[in-house]
Amino acid sequence: MAHRAQPVSAKPGIGAALCVAVLILGSLLAVVLRAEAGRGLGPADWQAVQFTVVQALLSAGLSVGLAVPVARALARRRFRGRRMLITLLGAPFILPVIVAVLGLLEVFGRSGWISQLLGAPVQIYGLHGVVLAHVFFNLPLATRLILQGWQEIPAERFRLAAQLGAGPREIRTLLEYPMLRRAVPGALAVVFAICLTSFAVALTLGGGPRATTIELAIYQAFRFDFDLGRAALLSCIQIGLTVGAALVALRVSSGDGFGAGLDRPVQRWDGQGLGLRVLDGGMIGLATAFLVLPLIAIVLSGVPGLARLPGSVWNAALWSVMVALASTAILLLLAVPIAAAIAVGRQRLELAGLLGLAASPLVIGTGLFLMIHPIADPFAFALPVTAVVNAVMALPFALRILVPRARQVVAEFGRLGMMLDMSGWPFVRFVLLPRMRAQIGFAAGLAAALSMGDLGVIALFADPEVATLPLQIYRLMGAYRMEAAAGGSLLLLVLSMSLFWIFDRGGRWHAET
Amino acid sequence: MLKLDSLVIANGDFRLSADFEVPLGCKVAVIGPSGAGKSTLIGAIAGFQTVESGRILWGGRAIEQDQPGQRPVAMLFQDGNLFPHLTIAQNAGLGIRPDLKLTADQDMAVLAALDRVGLSGMGGRKPGELSGGQQSRAALARVLVQDKPLVLLDEPFAALGPALKGEMLDLVDALLRETGATLLMVSHDPSDARRIADQVILVEGGRAHAPVETHGLLDNPPPALKAYLG
Repeated sequence: MAHRAQPVSAKPGIGAALCVAVLILGSLLAVVLRAEAGRGLGPADWQAVQFTVVQALLSAGLSVGLAVPVARALARRRFRGRRMLITLLGAPFILPVIVAVLGLLEVFGRSGWISQLLGAPVQIYGLHGVVLAHVFFNLPLATRLILQGWQEIPAERFRLAAQLGAGPREIRTLLEYPMLRRAVPGALAVVFAICLTSFAVALTLGGGPRATTIELAIYQAFRFDFDLGRAALLSCIQIGLTVGAALVALRVSSGDGFGAGLDRPVQRWDGQGLGLRVLDGGMIGLATAFLVLPLIAIVLSGVPGLARLPGSVWNAALWSVMVALASTAILLLLAVPIAAAIAVGRQRLELAGLLGLAASPLVIGTGLFLMIHPIADPFAFALPVTAVVNAVMALPFALRILVPRARQVVAEFGRLGMMLDMSGWPFVRFVLLPRMRAQIGFAAGLAAALSMGDLGVIALFADPEVATLPLQIYRLMGAYRMEAAAGGSLLLLVLSMSLFWIFDRGGRWHAET
Repeated sequence: MLKLDSLVIANGDFRLSADFEVPLGCKVAVIGPSGAGKSTLIGAIAGFQTVESGRILWGGRAIEQDQPGQRPVAMLFQDGNLFPHLTIAQNAGLGIRPDLKLTADQDMAVLAALDRVGLSGMGGRKPGELSGGQQSRAALARVLVQDKPLVLLDEPFAALGPALKGEMLDLVDALLRETGATLLMVSHDPSDARRIADQVILVEGGRAHAPVETHGLLDNPPPALKAYLG
């Protein structure tokens, strides 16, 4: 099959992937060239490496292990508020880290709700605090990733299974295990990779020699010591780790679709036994409480400060929205063509997306800083750099959402499109984009909110004049203006969620999800 | 006239050879055991299978290198013949212009085609709202407006009941009488062939045999066909 005809051209996707590769590999090269390898790693650096891996393994295992029963419960139950709950599951992943950490502190912190309930202060700082925060962020992401797998099983398959008299056990072996075999390894790899590059959680809940991630160590070398050589060396280690994780992710995530359905709404007839209903209800209830309590805490503590927000917060909010929208536009221009190209057989382009996982924001930030430094003042580029880096960081997630659907669309309708001479733009416009709309909306929502709440590369490029909202909140916290910080957090929460909701909802408009 | 000239089609490790002509306007059934390569043969003519050697000629012109959409072919697959998110009228309209920029006349042609297949007034519906038979009719409306001289059917009506399938075959027969197009139709069922096919191509043993007159063949089947018919 040397050059089989395809309904879409792979060229735009290849171009987009090249842009990403040049950006990331360029910054990596800058980092590697600057690293002072001869100096070697100190004991503190080794400790950071060890801590990074251990917390990422724990976080990934716990998040995905809990996500499977929650996703299964959500897949086979229909209840009031289900749609809202699924939207809410998107929340922690796109919740600005700084806001979530404030919320987790309110619930699990030393003077938080749990401590008050137990009558003894709970210690949250350190490994378990970092893992707790990571599970809080990634359990819902894993649930959504796996739930998407469930929802990609066409309604017709469940109908057929129900018709065949299949009970929960048969449905598991017929439909669910094959789906999980495709979805779980990918989810594990994604969560592990996210947690490898954890920065803001470690900054706020970790710290100290025993709970410092590599990312945090890079930041400290950069901001406190302005030791670019050490920052670059640490970056190289981070790259090695994350490239390894990315390669694993690439290996474990492929498989066939479930074939064509006719877009009938999914109905389920299985799992009506009392035990399963209690189990499902319990999983949904516990997961909801775990996710909702910190959010309630943020709202309660944020409302008083909201009325008296300083002007600097509003300015920062405006900058953040503009950065987020720019970042979303950049992301879609990269991700949709790449997904289409992968769908028509350019598998290796998935590497371009995974480069985003392999290179953490602080590593790319360090690299870009090193590249811009000799030519111009890097601090002047804080906002554009943030928008671009955020888009590249969102790319792996966007591709994970877009690629399976793009493959499915090409598999189902590629031949028909080619027979009708629709190859190229007509196929993109009338088939690919409309049938990928829900996934594109979801990806855009993630990108916008991730960028909105990002506290990573902006912290490196921080300049006293310009700040995004998360950075401004961090500064307010540093200055012990807690009321203003809490009010700003609530504003940030509302803005991030609104952006996500508008895009995600827009994509699912008039479509069964 | 369709001419397969020393054609060898590759589908993975499987090879199917064919070397024959089909007269213009002829209606031909392609029959043979499951897995013998009936769909492979049709797919190669439509441009979805790799041609290893030999040529496919239409009216003397080699088409085996053309893109599927550039060939003089309208094809219906076993399933997935309609885009579920587009209306019936849009699905049919794609047969005229793949970018759906239809002139008023072309819109009228779509409406006329829908009328012709018995879907008057249903142009605004989505495929999921139609019955199986109506979906087949919608796909046939598109074949009609595509106005290609060669129509390939890869068992698109296999999921329909006998009466409905017969109805669809009669509709195909009537439409082709009007357009004069040539038909190649994959079928499991010899009675389909008897119903509308002038000739039959038997596919078995890695070979697509030259077409033979339908009734003569089915009434006096050679051993290979006899084994298949039982």
